[in-house]
Amino acid sequence: MNPELHLRISAVLETVSDPEIPVLSVLDLGVVREIAGDERQAEITITPTYSGCPAMDTIESDIRAALLQAGFESVSIQTILEPAWTTDWMSDRGKQKLEAYGIAPPTGNSADKRSLFGKAPEVRCPRCKSLNTNRLSAFGSTPCKALYRCEDCLEPFDSFKCI
Amino acid sequence: MDFSLEPRVQHLLHLGDNALILGQRLSEWCGHGPVLELDIAIINTALDHLGQARMLLQHAGKQLEPTWDEDKLAFFRTEKQFFNFLMLELPNGDWAKTMVRQFLFDTYNYVQYEALLESSDSGLKAIAGKAIKEIRYHVQFSAEWVIRMGDGTEESHLRAQNALEELWPYTGEFFESDGFSEHVSTERIAPLPQSLQALWKEKVSEVLLEAGLTPPELSRYRSGGRRGAHTEHMGYILADMQYLPRLHPQANW
Repeated sequence: MNPELHLRISAVLETVSDPEIPVLSVLDLGVVREIAGDERQAEITITPTYSGCPAMDTIESDIRAALLQAGFESVSIQTILEPAWTTDWMSDRGKQKLEAYGIAPPTGNSADKRSLFGKAPEVRCPRCKSLNTNRLSAFGSTPCKALYRCEDCLEPFDSFKCI
Repeated sequence: MDFSLEPRVQHLLHLGDNALILGQRLSEWCGHGPVLELDIAIINTALDHLGQARMLLQHAGKQLEPTWDEDKLAFFRTEKQFFNFLMLELPNGDWAKTMVRQFLFDTYNYVQYEALLESSDSGLKAIAGKAIKEIRYHVQFSAEWVIRMGDGTEESHLRAQNALEELWPYTGEFFESDGFSEHVSTERIAPLPQSLQALWKEKVSEVLLEAGLTPPELSRYRSGGRRGAHTEHMGYILADMQYLPRLHPQANW
């Protein structure tokens, strides 16, 4: 596809945010796997973060609405499962935005097996940047987050799970 | 629905029903968790199971003629057309029973889905790649709780031990083979159930040892879920789960 059209579609997708984490665009989140189409129709391939994530249906209809509004006559959205989404696909800019928003971004690499066996890598408090933090709960307010507390500034915060 | 199912479809329904019925059971904890964090944790887990059920039932339904979508499969089948394990339909009981059940089944799921990553069915393989990340997280959580309760106070130990004794007889059917499981294993779609037993036992024993819990010595086990013969609890779950869509088949979320 021509680079200009790719840019045009990307610019639209940049305006579509995750409904649960509004600072992240769907591109930052890494759920957009493929962009195709022509001047009239856009074809987007997305992948879910978690299999039961209720935000995925909203993301799909938001992408469709944004592209139709941007002038595309038809939009087709396909969902693929393979390869499975990993936090490694989150953009660096996305990670910075997350931290500024008060959510500790996923740290390290999902291939790091420690994260699977309870010895999670150090999580930095998004407010005071201390590494003296504790996991309060393995699960948080959405499937993709866990609940932490900073032992220095004593604030609780969400941390993006590394998968 | 014609229930002379192809073995590979019945196998997918079995996997999907395990996830669906356990997800439905766990969602009963919503608003009743021992503390807020655990309420959130168990509901997150329920959501993962329901998400997996959705993918598996979609994959199964596409192979039926005519095709069924995942909602129709969940809401418009009758008791004998569900193929989940009996353990997953049992009432939640207390937190100890719910966590011991999670641990026994999560460990099974972990061993099973690791093997499904090599499935010759590319759709199932992709679902397994997605699900295994969630399952690893689940088993870590439930194993921690089994250890915490088994090795905790006298009360927590007693409750965990009682739960283990009540649930253990339901683990036998995890490893039973029958027509469809033998067929899918020949086709390299899924491992033969009995081939998972040694690894499951090793992982379970390791955690139970640390928790100070002892499984009962048994010669007889309960089974039947895989062929649609359920306990008396199944009808109640389906009544709860299916009432609304059956009363208002056109209802939309």
